Amino acid sequence: MMRNGAEMLIEALKREGVEVIFGFPGGVVIPVFDALYSEPAIKVVLTRHEQAAVHAADGYARSTGKTGVCLVTSGPGATNTATGLATANFDSVPIVCITGQVPLNMIGNDAFQEADTIGITRPITKHNYLVTERSELAATIKKAFIIAGSGRPGPVVIDLPKDIIVGKLDEEYPDEVKMRGYNPVLKGHIGQIKKAAELLAKAKRPLFYVGGGIQISGAAPAFRKVVKKTGVPVISSLMGIGAIESDHPLNLGMLGMHGTYAANMAVTECDLIFGVGTRFDDRATGKLESFAPHATIIHADIDPSAIARNVPVEIPIVGDAALVLEDLLPFAKPPSIDPWVKLVSGWKEEHPVVPEKSRGRLSPGVVVKKISEVFPEAIIATEVGQNQMWAALFYNYTQPRTLITSGGLGTMGYGFPAAIGVKIAHPDKTVIDIAGDGSIQMNIQEMATAVQEGLAVIIAVLNNGYLGMVRQWQELFYGKRYSGTCLKRRPECPEQCSNPGDQCLAYVPDFVKLAEAYDSVGIRVTKEEEIVPALKRAAEVKDRPVIIDFIIDEEANVWPMVPAGGANKDMLLGGVK
Amino acid sequence: MTHVISLLVENHQGVLVRIAGLFSGRAYNLESLTVGVTTDPAVSRVTLVCSGDDAVIEQIKKQLNKLVDVIKVIDLTGLKSINRELALVKVQAGPERRAEIIQVADVFRARVIDVGADSISLEVTGSTEKIDDLLSIIGTSAVQEMARSGLVSIERGRKTKKTAKGA
Repeated sequence: MMRNGAEMLIEALKREGVEVIFGFPGGVVIPVFDALYSEPAIKVVLTRHEQAAVHAADGYARSTGKTGVCLVTSGPGATNTATGLATANFDSVPIVCITGQVPLNMIGNDAFQEADTIGITRPITKHNYLVTERSELAATIKKAFIIAGSGRPGPVVIDLPKDIIVGKLDEEYPDEVKMRGYNPVLKGHIGQIKKAAELLAKAKRPLFYVGGGIQISGAAPAFRKVVKKTGVPVISSLMGIGAIESDHPLNLGMLGMHGTYAANMAVTECDLIFGVGTRFDDRATGKLESFAPHATIIHADIDPSAIARNVPVEIPIVGDAALVLEDLLPFAKPPSIDPWVKLVSGWKEEHPVVPEKSRGRLSPGVVVKKISEVFPEAIIATEVGQNQMWAALFYNYTQPRTLITSGGLGTMGYGFPAAIGVKIAHPDKTVIDIAGDGSIQMNIQEMATAVQEGLAVIIAVLNNGYLGMVRQWQELFYGKRYSGTCLKRRPECPEQCSNPGDQCLAYVPDFVKLAEAYDSVGIRVTKEEEIVPALKRAAEVKDRPVIIDFIIDEEANVWPMVPAGGANKDMLLGGVK
Repeated sequence: MTHVISLLVENHQGVLVRIAGLFSGRAYNLESLTVGVTTDPAVSRVTLVCSGDDAVIEQIKKQLNKLVDVIKVIDLTGLKSINRELALVKVQAGPERRAEIIQVADVFRARVIDVGADSISLEVTGSTEKIDDLLSIIGTSAVQEMARSGLVSIERGRKTKKTAKGA
């Protein structure tokens, strides 16, 4: 059928089952938006910034497992996607990002709104394409969807010059394409899996260590069966949260810098780690020399380059987490580990994760626990920093794909646009962005998007008036020199200040008024007894976002904490007993 | 340790920069990189020389394998392989030193390709060590200009014969 490039693109998106595109128009992509105007099968969500378009596609993808799609123009449109793409690339999120480009004969001429999109995005995508022949367009889109969604998923950029977008050609969208350099290994080596099962059965102090790969591959059901059959305790990375219920008796919680006492002690004392779908990254392992000093490590991951990169691995298994765990299940035997289970359960009881006591304002841990009680089946998005750690530690997750957070890149401003993508995919679910007052301002303009789309996302701002995580480091390691972290600072303030309190001037912006300015709902909560009524009131709003401004202790901290570069067992327990 | 890695890659625009970018982005040490077509015009062969401890080399190979445009990664280090480099060397040599340089060139089976008023240009092919040896005998201070190709390398013997495509 004769089509121009834009029409081919729309046909391709429909064939790939795409229902929604997050985007922002501009000169060279007007023909694509034009083709979308009369296309009922694909909804276009107009964000207010291209970075947010990628984060929204990312949230959509993480919460569904489908490939998220975004569409932006050339030059600044494309460069604005960089943080979003890097975020998705780090956390293995399938995205196809279509960027416009100046016409082929203008490339390299410093044309208006020209940027070397392929050059800029090469190191922050799984792969990228500049389409230089109209006849390559359909096959390139097909390849992009295959690469984005298979193996270890990731973002793929397709850079489309204007003349490719408008060029007409008689062609059909292919059902398959050949890529001889791209063959991800999905099935784990059965010999290695049997060996792993034998080691596990003989271990005295074994642990499962799960990461984001469990969510991505849909391995949670298989993993839960393996845990049930073996009775082996579980620790997880931030990205692995939800692989197993937070309150499962064998779940010791998250390990690492802000991991639980039980998880960090267990990883230090264990004699076997069975890692699945995790990178053993530095925030989780702490100082590598003292990471799991007594343990033999089995590591299953779909990305061979993730195996044996940070820690020595006895049994490597390259494969998809779900397939590996399903193959493991028949061979897995329960080891005799009663004393070990008793020991780790003891650690859990001795040092549970409990909120800090209030110092006059709200305790953030209490706020998140109440959110968990009122909305036990919500999907939680987070920003980055203290809010993210409190969301990880105090919400009770029961399902995979319910904690949507920027793990690897640690992108402030991720949570709210991601929550928009989640809500579009799950209109009947409660979607909450647990935010800090700093992070939320990095993409606050998306209030307009949420209002325009009628999305009832709840934004729970844990407002301490600081860039809290950096302030915490300054308090603990830099002699309380709060440099560049106070968000209440005004010209009248003393040059140096480490004593926040009632003398501080009013916080800007006023989040309640801000919500009202966007024709949505703002609620301020300053007392513990107001938390639940505010959440219930927010739940009643069905057609627009709600900001709840929780005024928390200015110097509330995240505990436990392993100082950067320290050993996991050397935790600061702070206010947690 | 230095490794010679041979790659078969899609002959697309931008493949070389993906490979080079991998090395710069991850701070791997790349000593030389050459590229040329194979008998299949859609496939290029890249020979790269890189160094690092075993873990780094392992990572380099895994990361190269992850590139969509890389079809095959072969670490020739430890395999029986033929390694060659070409150097063009312009040596400072007036009439009084010509005979000496030509004699040295002879020993290294280098060819004299140009003689100027105060210089002789040599073409030498061989292993990197051989070229280094030649240069050290001539003396680097006498070298006016030099261009080295970087190493190209193939595996010896039977295997090459079997893989006719892209050989």
